[in-house]
This record gives sequence, C-alpha cells and structure tokens, in this order.
Amino acid sequence: MSLPQEAIMLFLGLGGVLVAATVVGQALKRRAGGEQSPTVENLNARVFAWWVMVALIGVAFLVGKAGVILLFAFASFAALREFVTLTDTRRGDHWALMLAFFVGIPVQYYLVWIEWYGLYSIFIPVYGFLILPIVAVVRSDTTHFLSRIASLQWGLMICVFCVSHIPALLTLDIPGFEGKKLLLVAFLVTVVQGSDVLQYVFGKLLGRRKIAPALSPSKTWEGLVGGVASATALGAALWWLTPFSPAQAAAMALVTCLMGFFGGLVLSAIKRDRGVKDWGRMIEGHGGMLDRLDSVIFAAPIFFHLTRFWYVP
Amino acid sequence: MLTRLSARLVAMSVAGLARVLTGVLPNWRGCLPEARQRVYIANHTSHGDFVLIWTVLPHALRRQTRPVAALDYWGGSGVRGFIGREVFNAVLIDRKAAAPGQDALAVVIDAVGAGASLIYFPEGTRNTTDEVLLPLKSGLYRLAQARPDIEIVPAWIDNMARVMPKGEFLPVPLLCSVTFGTPLLLQPGEDKAAFMTRARDALLALKPEERER
Repeated sequence: MSLPQEAIMLFLGLGGVLVAATVVGQALKRRAGGEQSPTVENLNARVFAWWVMVALIGVAFLVGKAGVILLFAFASFAALREFVTLTDTRRGDHWALMLAFFVGIPVQYYLVWIEWYGLYSIFIPVYGFLILPIVAVVRSDTTHFLSRIASLQWGLMICVFCVSHIPALLTLDIPGFEGKKLLLVAFLVTVVQGSDVLQYVFGKLLGRRKIAPALSPSKTWEGLVGGVASATALGAALWWLTPFSPAQAAAMALVTCLMGFFGGLVLSAIKRDRGVKDWGRMIEGHGGMLDRLDSVIFAAPIFFHLTRFWYVP
Repeated sequence: MLTRLSARLVAMSVAGLARVLTGVLPNWRGCLPEARQRVYIANHTSHGDFVLIWTVLPHALRRQTRPVAALDYWGGSGVRGFIGREVFNAVLIDRKAAAPGQDALAVVIDAVGAGASLIYFPEGTRNTTDEVLLPLKSGLYRLAQARPDIEIVPAWIDNMARVMPKGEFLPVPLLCSVTFGTPLLLQPGEDKAAFMTRARDALLALKPEERER
C-alpha cells in the first residue's frame, strides 16, 4: 500500500507542529534558567514522546495495513497489561488471564486483518464475555469472583475491543474512498489526540475553574471549551482526509472529542479508585499507554460506527 | 565458544522476554547503578526474580553480577542447569550440605572474593505464603561479617508473585518494578539481631504502599 499524498501532507504538518512545540519548550526551559520547572520539564518530555509516537505511526503507515494492525495490537497488549496490573487478580484467574492476553488479543486483531466484521464486532462482547468466566470458575475460587471477572471483561473491552476499532477503520468500504482508508485512522487519531493536546494547552494558559476536582485535578472548563472548540475546527480543516464534507467533519470531530473527554474522565475515575496517578511509566511525560489512549478508546468505536452507518452502503 | 555464544543469546532473550511480559523498570531510590561491587538483596517470590534484577541492571553491571541460586534447582544438567550455570553464571549453593565443616556459604564468599557482585535472596527460599517477607536467614549476616567492605543494596521486587503464581509455569503479563534502596554496611560492633532487623526494615521500606481496597 503506497502512502496517499494526503497522508504525506498531514505528516509534514504534524512535523511542523512538533518543531514549533520543541522550539517553544526549549525557549521556556532557557527562560527558566537554572531553576527547574516541573511543568516545563514535563512539557518537554511530552513533546519528545510525541516525536516518537508520530514516528511510530508514520512507520506503521508506510508498512500499511499490517503495520497499523500490529501497532495497535501492541498498544492493546501494553494497555491490558496496565489495566490488569491495577485490578485484584487471584491465582484462580491465571488461565482466564492467559486466555485474554494470548488468545483474545491475537484473535481479535486477526479478525480485523481478515476484515470479518461479523465476528470481530462480537468476538469479545459475546464469546469473550461468556468464556472467560467459565474458564475462571473451573478453578473454584469464589472470593470476589464477580468483581474479578467483571474487571477482566472491562479490561478486554477497553484495551482490546475498543482499541481494535482504530485499525478496523481500514475494513470499511466507502465508495470513492478506495486506497485512502489509512486517512480515516489518521483523521481520528489526529483529531482526538489534538483535542487532548489543545485541552492541555488551553488549560495551562487559561484554566481557572476545575470541572471535576475529585476525578482529575488538571481538567478545567476553560481547557475543555477551548480544546474541544479548536479541535472541532481542526477536524473541519482536515476534512480533505475524509469522505466527509467540512461541516460533517466538524460534527464528527465534535462527537469524537466529547467522547474522548469523557473517556479520560472515566479512566481517571478508575485510577482514583485504585489509588494511582498514572496507569504506568511507559511513555515519558505522559504516564502509561492507557494515559495516552484513554480518549481514543472511547472515541474510536463511536467514530467507527457513525462512519459505517452513514458512509458504508 | 558455541556454548558461550548461545548463553549470551539466551541471556539477551530472557531479558527481552522479561521486559515484554513485565515492562520492568528500575527505581533507583537510594543509590545509583554504579560500577562497584555490591550484593543486591531482594524479596523472593518467583523463579523469575533474579532475571528481573539482572534485566534492570545496565549492561556493564550485568556481566559482573551473579545470582546466588540453589544447586538442587538450578544446578542440574537440563535446561535449568544450562540457564543457571552458563547463562547467568549462578553461584550455586548446596542447601542440603548440613554436614559439619561443609559451609554452604563458602562458595558465595569465594565469589565475592573473586570480584563478583551478587543477587542474593536472604529469605533462603521462595516465599509462597501470604506473609510479605519471610524471616531472613543468618547467612546474610555471615556474608556481611566476612566482607564488611561490600555494600549491601536492598531491592524490592513488586508484583512478580502475580506474574507467576505458585504452581503455574506460564507467566501472565503484568507490570513489575524493582526498587533499589540505600546501601547497607555492617557497622563495627553491630550484632546479628540488630543487623538483620536493619536489613529487613530496609527491604520492607521499599515495598510500594498497598492500594486501598
């Protein structure tokens, strides 16, 4: 699969944004002089991590469908590893966990690879849902059984089922959009992650009123409104990546950004419940894989199904 | 030659596998990974414990760091023997050598004398109980007495018991961490009880706080 010209333009644009962010970050660092500001340090760590993430997605795009599927399969693995680490598992869960990691993830992504929509859209919610508790119950360990099995089912839905809907965009057959399916992935990821970044920027610059201090100390009304509004505008401006009109692209961007925002809140609530600040330490400056993916996880299946409903005959 | 090469390859693969499964990262809380001779002491819940410590050490330190392991488990002739002897160059101690005059610890002190750093599990055996840490065996005190000049670095391995629960042979992927504390030295005149308490407290202080349930 050769890279569509639109993708090259998008990556050039992202590269420009990252160069600008790097320059600003280094300037802030220099202005701080010898004093170390944790916020600036974190900003620079985040920018550096973005370079790496954009490069990884770029390589995946160059490889094509297989590259994108492998990239998100790996992301699912890392995310599920973080999720399960924070749940209370017992010895009796061992085989159910093995099944989730070593059968659940490969099969789900294989089904996306062979584009079997009828099965990849029910494999985890139906087969996984029923078979995991059966495997776990064989070990006869009833302590916290419901919460253990529910946690694992939630983990699979969040980390594997939802994440797999990003590469699943490559399986949508949209008339007149042949050979450009990678662009839908690029659009979704750019808009949702752009929304996160813009919410962070607006929040840091203007943030006063906290939305949900009990859930996330860094989320403010100013950040939310500024970030979602500008990311919606970004989505409209990127309409040429999609089969949508500019107005439709804006509407899609708005829906995915709002889903992303609430996804961040939901996963924050789980972190608070488990008494941790970050899901992991995998991505310098950001935290774990789930800290970076939380918004895309909630946005991807909705974006997928709205696109499928309106654009796939 | 061929054995050495395959041992190096296996060592790299084992470390890579440990990273994939556990995403293990070190917390150098009480000291830095310096190129000096040390004895790393850690809690012991799984056969994979020494692999985790070895994996988080910088390459230059790995080569001079030898795990202290049980002869009866890691000293055989099969795969475990290959991994124990060739891959990790383990210092194998004979836990059953109870006869008088046969000091199981002598090989350990010899290894330190030859310049090796050690990965040492002072509980003496894997902790498969619900206790956080088993009572430490006095071998640690005798090692410290024999070489009071060598830093003893406490290290806490978190979560490994869940990766490979007792009785399971396949590991499940979960995040693990290794936290290194401030090095201990045997103080002049410090008696066994005081030193053992200090070592135990140093280990327990590194344990991540229990999450509230």
